[in-house]
Amino acid sequence: MRLFLPVAISIASYGVVWGVLAGQAGLTPLEVVLMSGLVYAGASQFVAIDMWSPLSLPVASIVVATAVINLRMLLMTATLRPQFEHLPRWRALLAMFLVSDEVWAMTMAEHAKGGGGAAFMLGAGTLAWIGWVGSTLTGRMLGAVIDDPTAYGLDFAFTATFLALLLSMWKGRGDLVPWLAGGAIAIGVSMLVPGTWYIIAGGLGGSLLGAFLQHRMRDAA
Amino acid sequence: MPLDALLAILGMAAVTYAIRVGGFLIAERLPTTGFVALWMRNIPGAVLAALIAPDVLKGGPAAWLATAAATLVYLATRNVLATIAGGVLAMFLLRRFAGL
Repeated sequence: MRLFLPVAISIASYGVVWGVLAGQAGLTPLEVVLMSGLVYAGASQFVAIDMWSPLSLPVASIVVATAVINLRMLLMTATLRPQFEHLPRWRALLAMFLVSDEVWAMTMAEHAKGGGGAAFMLGAGTLAWIGWVGSTLTGRMLGAVIDDPTAYGLDFAFTATFLALLLSMWKGRGDLVPWLAGGAIAIGVSMLVPGTWYIIAGGLGGSLLGAFLQHRMRDAA
Repeated sequence: MPLDALLAILGMAAVTYAIRVGGFLIAERLPTTGFVALWMRNIPGAVLAALIAPDVLKGGPAAWLATAAATLVYLATRNVLATIAGGVLAMFLLRRFAGL
C-alpha cells in the first residue's frame, strides 16, 4: 500500500482543482458530491464542467462526451476479469464501479509483482473514491471564496489541466496524428457547429484517423 | 437541483458504469490487437487535443504564451500539477503585468 500515498496525493490535488473549476462552472456543492460520487471518473468530469452552463445545459452532448472519453475503461475492466473470476458475479460487477485510471494502474502494477487481487483493487478503489469525493467537495468550498477567477488566471486552469494530461499521455510519434487531427477537426467544427459537439467530433475523428494510420503502418512493417 | 442537471449527472453515471461493467462482461470477446484496440487507445489523447485547440486559438496571445509556458514546465518537471500551476501563474502574470 506504500504505492498508494503518492497516488492519493495526486488524486486529491486533482480533485481540489476540479472542485474549484466546478464552482466556477456553476455546480452546487450537492451536484459536485453527486457527480463525483456517482460518475467517479476525473477526465470526463473535467470535460463535463467545461461544457456545463446552468442556463441551458447540453445534457445530450455531455452524456455522449462522457461515454466517448470513458470508453477506454472497457479495456481496463476487461483485463481485471481473471482476478474477479472466483467472486460471485454480482459482487464482481459491483466492484467494477470502483475502477479508475489510477486504481487500475496500481492493481496491474501489484499484479505484475504477484499481488493485485480483488481485495487490493477493492481497498485501493474505496480509498480513491473517498479521496475523490472529499477533495472535489473541498475544492468546491474553497472556490467559493475566490470572487473573480479570471483575475488570478484560474480560468486557464482548464486548458492547463487538459494540456498536462495530454502531454503525460505521450508515448511516441504515433500520437502526433491523432492529436493534431483531433485539434484541427475541433477547431473547424467549433466554427461551423454551435455548442460543444466539436469535442466529440475532434475526439472521434482524431482517434479514428490515428488508428487508421497506425494500423496501416503496422501492416506495412 | 434543476432537473436537467440531475439528468446530466445520472446520464454520465449510467454510461460510465455501463462501460465499466461492459468491459468485464465482454472481456473474452474484446479485441486486444487490431484496429478497434488501436482506436480505443487513441481516444483519450484525441479528445484532450480537441478540448484544448479551439480554446487556445480563441484565447489570443495570452493563452498562446501561457500554453507555451505550461508545456515548458511539463517538459522540465514531468509533473501534471506543476504544469497546471505554471500555466495559471503565467496567465496571471501576463494579464497583470503584460496587459494581454
